[in-house]
Amino acid sequence: MSSSTTTLTGSGGREVGINKVPIWRRRKAALNYVALLPYVFFALFPFYIMFITSIKTDQEINNLGNSPFWATGIATEHYVYLATNTSFFQHWFVNTLIVTVAVTIISVSIGTLAAYALARLRFRGVELFGVAVFITYLIPQTLLFIPLIDVINTIDDYVPIRDTYWSLILTYPTFLIPFVTWLLMGYFKTIPVEVEECAYLDGCSRLGALFRVVLPMAVPGIMCAILFSITLSWNELLYSLVFIQDEAAKTISVGVITELIRGDIYYWGSLMAACFIGALPIIMIYGFFMDYFTSGLTAGAIK
Amino acid sequence: MVSVPNVERAAASSSPSSVRSRVKKRLGPDIDGYGFLLPATIVMISLVVYPFCLAIWFSVSDAFVGEPASYVGLENFIYILTEDDIFIETIWNTLLFAFWSVLFKVVLGLSCALLLQRILKLKRFFRGSVLLPFVAPTALSTLGWWLILDPTYSHINWILENMWPFSVMGFGPYNFLGEPTLAMASVIFVNIWRGIPFFIITILAGLMSIPEHLYDAAEIDGASTWRKFRSITLPLLRPVLAIIILFSTIFTLGEFNIIYVLTRGGPMNSTHLFSTYSFTYGILNHEIALGAAVALFLFPILVLIVVFLLRMVRRDTSHEL
Repeated sequence: MSSSTTTLTGSGGREVGINKVPIWRRRKAALNYVALLPYVFFALFPFYIMFITSIKTDQEINNLGNSPFWATGIATEHYVYLATNTSFFQHWFVNTLIVTVAVTIISVSIGTLAAYALARLRFRGVELFGVAVFITYLIPQTLLFIPLIDVINTIDDYVPIRDTYWSLILTYPTFLIPFVTWLLMGYFKTIPVEVEECAYLDGCSRLGALFRVVLPMAVPGIMCAILFSITLSWNELLYSLVFIQDEAAKTISVGVITELIRGDIYYWGSLMAACFIGALPIIMIYGFFMDYFTSGLTAGAIK
Repeated sequence: MVSVPNVERAAASSSPSSVRSRVKKRLGPDIDGYGFLLPATIVMISLVVYPFCLAIWFSVSDAFVGEPASYVGLENFIYILTEDDIFIETIWNTLLFAFWSVLFKVVLGLSCALLLQRILKLKRFFRGSVLLPFVAPTALSTLGWWLILDPTYSHINWILENMWPFSVMGFGPYNFLGEPTLAMASVIFVNIWRGIPFFIITILAGLMSIPEHLYDAAEIDGASTWRKFRSITLPLLRPVLAIIILFSTIFTLGEFNIIYVLTRGGPMNSTHLFSTYSFTYGILNHEIALGAAVALFLFPILVLIVVFLLRMVRRDTSHEL
């Protein structure tokens, strides 16, 4: 650990209380905060600009002499516009919500089963399956979006899914299942096998043991998988952009990009308001469950 | 790997002639594992493996939207490599984009993680804010940057023109997304912004796993902060760094959202990456065959990185902590 922390927590022979920390050490610790400020500023900057622009009147935005960093008052006109205008903003929001919920349920359930098998069970080819999951996790969407159009058209001959959110519910799991599987595989491995063996001795079937013993112990891991599925499907752009042309069937990211940007004059106010509302659900979820996100990110990359 | 139902195994071995036990001998004790993997396998084969094969077929055909395709051999690849200047530019763009993005992400991510590790108060606030770019919808937050980089409304230009001391230096105004070099710098900049959190959080986890007593020992030996960083932190962090650099390289090479929102590959194709150029061919120009061929150029790089990664992950787990 760094020098400042060692002093504060005290280590070995030199126990030092917070109050007795030499002044130069405290100053050094304060410097860390100061050094972090540019990073925080950088990270939050576009969100701040989004918000501040969305609460300005058009007149204020277009007055280029004004400082673009402050708003003189709070104007709700852009939010009112998005809520009442016949544009499809509300449709996009609802579509995204439906897709996100459906895809999360599908991906997490399928991924949980697969992860359990890969982490716990012994059968021929289990290693191979593990590697296959890892590879599919890394295949970029760029490689798949063109042929997937063809797949969707083929399915569309039997069930109408083209130009509806069903095409997204079908395709999003392709990048979520590998991710969830990879994440939970690491998690399942940390749960002691003995607990499960007890369940078998008490007469549990494999599925029974999974649902009654393993899953309740894996709740934090599954929470993390759910949160990541929600985030990744809410934020997806490429598939949604390619598979859906119908204005009313679009998701929020694509809708905002393709429908709210028109002509040479940009309506910055309503555009930024739309961005802000579109990002808000994810930002709020993130605010509540931050620790799950950080642990998931670490597990996903390192384990 | 651990087998769980010992009871079941014992029962099976008592009747060695049964079909069940022979199957088990062949496929392992937990045949139901295949059942657990079935749903995932179906989805992956029909929506990843099959489309991938389809992409390969498209790339060696003359597929065009709405017309039957026929085999043309390597014609598409020869065409884009020899006659398509924009594609050659795209290769360079992609390498440039990935190199600078990943380099800055490592440096800034590492420095921020080191700082975050040192602070004790307001931890959640600081961590929460620096990680935000990663979770927020990329397309929408990039639109925020689009406003910040807009030639007329640019906040950066406003600062350069109206705030001392920049106002007297005479910089700008810049057309950030309108000039090739500046546009490339801008998309790299936004990509760095979006990618740093991934580095911060994984490096932070790596830092936590370095045993405290190493630093204590170094302190007793009178090592300076820099010396401790160079001789303890950096070497022990190397495996983690290597893995996340490879991960990030894959995702950076496949980047689409930021380019699509900010420049759509322009100006004068100076910011096209494989993804956006493939999109231009396959979706905008309906030339499916060429679009697939462009996207497939990502594949060899991908394979190389995956092989490296798998080796490292294996080596890591073989002498698990």
